[in-house]
Amino acid sequence: MLKFTDDHEWLKLEGDILTVGITEHASAQLGDVVFVELPEEGTDVDAGDDVVTIESVKAASDISAPVTGEIIEINHAIAATPAMVNEDPMGEGWFFKMKIEDASQLDEFMDEAAYKDLVG
Amino acid sequence: MADHSDDPLKILPLDALHRRLGAKMMGFAGYDMPVHYPAGVLAEHNACRTGCALFDVSHMGQVALVPKSGDVADAALALERLVPADIAILKSGRQKYALFTNADGAIEDDLMVAHAGDRLVLVVNAGNKDADMKILSAIEDAVDIIPIPRALIAIQGPWSQAVLARLGADVAATRFMDRFDLELLGHACWATRSGYTGEDGFEISLPLDGAEAITTALIETGGAVPAGLGARDSLRLEAGLCLHGSDIGPDTTPVEAQLMWSIPKSRRPGGARAGGFPGADVIFDELARGPMRLRVGIKPDGRAPVRAPSALYASPDADAPIGEVTSGSFGASVGGPVAMGYVLAAYAADNTPLWAEVRGKRLPVRTAPLPFVPAQFKR
Repeated sequence: MLKFTDDHEWLKLEGDILTVGITEHASAQLGDVVFVELPEEGTDVDAGDDVVTIESVKAASDISAPVTGEIIEINHAIAATPAMVNEDPMGEGWFFKMKIEDASQLDEFMDEAAYKDLVG
Repeated sequence: MADHSDDPLKILPLDALHRRLGAKMMGFAGYDMPVHYPAGVLAEHNACRTGCALFDVSHMGQVALVPKSGDVADAALALERLVPADIAILKSGRQKYALFTNADGAIEDDLMVAHAGDRLVLVVNAGNKDADMKILSAIEDAVDIIPIPRALIAIQGPWSQAVLARLGADVAATRFMDRFDLELLGHACWATRSGYTGEDGFEISLPLDGAEAITTALIETGGAVPAGLGARDSLRLEAGLCLHGSDIGPDTTPVEAQLMWSIPKSRRPGGARAGGFPGADVIFDELARGPMRLRVGIKPDGRAPVRAPSALYASPDADAPIGEVTSGSFGASVGGPVAMGYVLAAYAADNTPLWAEVRGKRLPVRTAPLPFVPAQFKR
């Protein structure tokens, strides 16, 4: 299941594991990404907590945890090569994986069609 | 210096071209300006260091000072009442950097002054145009002050001379800070071999009726890569060059800003034309005493960019800051973050370990010599 937030994050749920990244649209708006600071694996986070800082050539932005859960894996590759976030934001450029207890938290988010309407 | 005023943005003469090229636009100093084109800031930055990038700098003010006496030497002496540079020594066909100082000895604006044979031609910052015209009005007794309604573009990078050659302009005999006339697509233009990226290149003043055709030809025939404000900012920061309104301004002096190289012996105490510009006593006094703070390069140890206005501390837990970052960005040619700012003089020696506060965390940085990337001017 693929969902999208108002903050231009994409969320992919497989079992109880949620993978989080930013959309093509967000990546294009940010411009060249030059630095990504990721959370520690094993951190418990609440929905809305800022967990990632992303710096592009233009500005710094925070990425928040879309739902409540535990950060179980981070994408070390994008910390080493931030340009991956621009090259493949929906694939290799993912940010982190969360283990979530309650998948109904995702109900409030947009599906792909609704997100496409949003960004035009 | 993004624009937060409610006044409508002014439109550049090359606006239609920027939009055709797919530029992302934003307000800067009152003008709707290209920040970057589809290639993106990094690609545009690299094009300038390795090839040739083209910047529209038409937002900057071009102003002629025409001597009422007919003798440019009189215009030069008049301008010396406003700037601490040696303008009298400037020869026809040469340009130099200067500062408008105020009564506090601080920097109202920085500018270029070119000797164009029968007049001086100034290029001033966009955001200070009106203030500069007011400053210049003090020498109306000696010069007519005539704004020049032309476009201004900069082509910058090691291929700049070759790009002009492809449009039939042979500029091989010119060198850094020369000023000369040239013809492009049949239009009378003039240029200086200068810029604000640390690279060899040219700033070319274009007539409005030919500006778009010439700029298009420089891109399509010449091979110059259009570049926006984003790349311009990271390039000038790597080159150690100040942005007025960020790194220098009406509360920083040339002594603190380490711009004393622009004030030659002739204008200092004991010189042939010592003083005679606003704030001269303050500047000389500060020069003799030593400044309290100094502009320095700042190199973060890690990979996180340290942007303005991050406070600088002498230790990870010190309470009081000892300085502040005034410009910070990712330096594509350095391959990491670069910044500049002011620190108390005791911390200004190269390689002094300091801490910059970024999002509540203190990140280790070091003071660093400027420029970060050596200048490539054709001397």
